[in-house]
Amino acid sequence: MKDAKPPANKGGLNAEIQSRIGHQLRAMYDDVVRQGVPDRFADLIRKLDASEAGDPQMNSAGDFNAKKDGRD
Amino acid sequence: MPLTDSLRDDILASVPNLRAFAISLSGNGDRADDLVQETLLRALANIDSFQPGSNLPAWLFTILRNLFRSDYRKRRREVEDADGSYAKTLKSQPSQNAHLEFEEFRAALEKLPQDQREALILVGASGFSYEDAAAICGCAVGTIKSRVNRARSKLSALLYVDGAEDFGPDDTIRAVIGGGR
Repeated sequence: MKDAKPPANKGGLNAEIQSRIGHQLRAMYDDVVRQGVPDRFADLIRKLDASEAGDPQMNSAGDFNAKKDGRD
Repeated sequence: MPLTDSLRDDILASVPNLRAFAISLSGNGDRADDLVQETLLRALANIDSFQPGSNLPAWLFTILRNLFRSDYRKRRREVEDADGSYAKTLKSQPSQNAHLEFEEFRAALEKLPQDQREALILVGASGFSYEDAAAICGCAVGTIKSRVNRARSKLSALLYVDGAEDFGPDDTIRAVIGGGR
């Protein structure tokens, strides 16, 4: 019984290897996700948000919405 | 829909996942961040076409994936990241063994055909359903399933099975598989 190999799936991969691949893939990916949002992107969105309002100097979101369609 | 505060926050909250996807696709941290930046610019420029209540991450991933595909066609002849700049994007330096294993895995992932790699990442790491992954890649659900299965088989052959030469590994992979010299 202990010599029995893990069951192979359709692709011929055994469950242990498949789970190891999944684990490594997520470890690699999550390592980047955990770095959060670099300042570069937060700054970018902030700047675009300001210029989207039609005036780079304007910082009131209320004015922006009123200008667009009169409601939020 | 217009760019509301909450939509803007949701877009920003998607950035970590977009970066992870971009780095997994391109294998290059600098290029990945440029890709993410371009994705955000496109998304905000086309925000009116986003349907409120639909899947924002899937929408953003679709933009990034399409940008990468067009960029990739332009760059495919360029030398791929050979100096491990991907590893340099990592904050925490793993232990020696874990690092080697990570490099092995990364190298094997880069051996996969483009279609298979993106399908595997979307389903296996980003956590999208097969249906969402199919929408992002613009193909049938069955196609995604088959790409994911083939990706897993190839990774398994490259990393864990003898006779991986069938898949044409380069000398680095061969040395890694053989435990170095």
